[in-house]
Amino acid sequence: MKLLEANTVYGGYGGADILKGATVHVDKDEIVVIVGPNGAGKSTLMKAVFGLLHVREGEVLYKGEAITNGKPEQMVRRGIAYVPQEKNVFPSLTVEENLEMGAYLIRGDIRPRKEKVYEVFPKLRERRRQQAGLMSGGERQMVAMGRALMIDPELLMLDEPTAGLSPRLIDETFERIIRIRKLGIGVLMVEQNAKQALAIADRGYVLATGANRFEDTGPNLLANREVAEMFLGG
Amino acid sequence: MDLLIDLIQLTVYGVVLGSILALGAIGVSMIFGILRFAHFAHGDLMTIGAYVGLSFIAVTDAPIWWALPAGMTGAALTALVVDQAVYKHIRRTQPVILLISSFGMALVLRSIVQIIWGPSVQSYPTGIQRPWWIWEISIVPNHVWIMLATVVIVTALHLFLTRTRIGKAMRAMSDNMDLALVTGIPAERVIMITWLIGGALAAGAGVLLGMDSRLTPTMGWNILLPVFAAAILGGIGRPYGAIAGGLVIGMAMEISTLFLEPSYKPAVAFVIMVAVLIVRPQGIFKGAL
Repeated sequence: MKLLEANTVYGGYGGADILKGATVHVDKDEIVVIVGPNGAGKSTLMKAVFGLLHVREGEVLYKGEAITNGKPEQMVRRGIAYVPQEKNVFPSLTVEENLEMGAYLIRGDIRPRKEKVYEVFPKLRERRRQQAGLMSGGERQMVAMGRALMIDPELLMLDEPTAGLSPRLIDETFERIIRIRKLGIGVLMVEQNAKQALAIADRGYVLATGANRFEDTGPNLLANREVAEMFLGG
Repeated sequence: MDLLIDLIQLTVYGVVLGSILALGAIGVSMIFGILRFAHFAHGDLMTIGAYVGLSFIAVTDAPIWWALPAGMTGAALTALVVDQAVYKHIRRTQPVILLISSFGMALVLRSIVQIIWGPSVQSYPTGIQRPWWIWEISIVPNHVWIMLATVVIVTALHLFLTRTRIGKAMRAMSDNMDLALVTGIPAERVIMITWLIGGALAAGAGVLLGMDSRLTPTMGWNILLPVFAAAILGGIGRPYGAIAGGLVIGMAMEISTLFLEPSYKPAVAFVIMVAVLIVRPQGIFKGAL
């Protein structure tokens, strides 16, 4: 069974539709990347899946169950974690407190979860008492992903996790994402660094004007001349 | 030498007034941080707290300090009821609508106080206060208790905000509402707790103000301006800044009486508030404005 399916989704911010029939799915242990030009509706699609904006038509299924237009809190309870592109940490809270907030809905001992996050991001353990707002962009991105991992998600949605990072940190972030998949977590991400993202992706979608233009395995999309010319800068 | 003694004496008064302002300003700041509007009925929550405390010790004959927990409970519940009955329904509208509504709520609360307790001046049975003399500085016992009570309340608040899950969630929501939502923090529950705590702190300020002077139905309203000045100076949305802001405003108001008529005290607070808004609107601790 597919972990997540979004089928022919239409919707937007109240005015005209930004999404015009976009369709994606994610399986367990799979990295799925959505690429496409600016304004294609990539981030909008993520928000629509997570219940942050209204899906006018189409459906979103999680493990076969309809979750269309569900509340974000319910998404978290089902095991879907979402990391927004910007402002994705609580700046006045420490790293550790940010992680604790990630597990807000979890009853019981959260220490094993924290340990698991510190294993993926050892640097966060060193910096656990530091205020997240005082950290570098790369470190904040780790905090944001760590916070999302605290619910032990089955599906992790990342909106441009490498935006604004240096090339070295971009490589590092993609390595972490591969590691996260090894934990048995499905990853759906939107990326501007399309070539690198598709290189680690199991499958990818090229979105344009709110609808699917291409979908294929990562390597096939990278090898596709048309995709390369139109969307990957030649 | 006399000037120095006056200065120290006024600083003591300033810290006392500042403690009271701080308790009020913390609530204003927290409510702004989470709900994004200036709560104009906050002064009248202070008044309600002071009067509930007065009635409690009158009815139960308990020692005067019981006015504090009793008043805090009363105002906390009042704040919660007001939120659930009024503010909750307009929360998704523009902040200015909430602001004007809170102004109306201030009038309602003040009228309720007048209906229940009457318009005349009342006071806590503190008895005659013999001052303690330290060198040439006099301190009345009540002032010491006011400062100690503030330290205890602020310490309790600090522990709540840094050690409990819901306290951390309050700071998180104040930091970033959208992220709190996608993290699954239950916003409504956190908002309710914010009102309970904001109301309790306001009552703390009200009871202590009542002990320092007397109780009138306009006591809280009259002090609202310096309370806002303290919240803004400290950086609105930052509870710890509000404490610093309260102390600075309190001291500035008292020390200004060295060269200004005492009736200008609120004007001093107002001038500081306007100056901060022009020069450094984010306040000392970088608030949300």
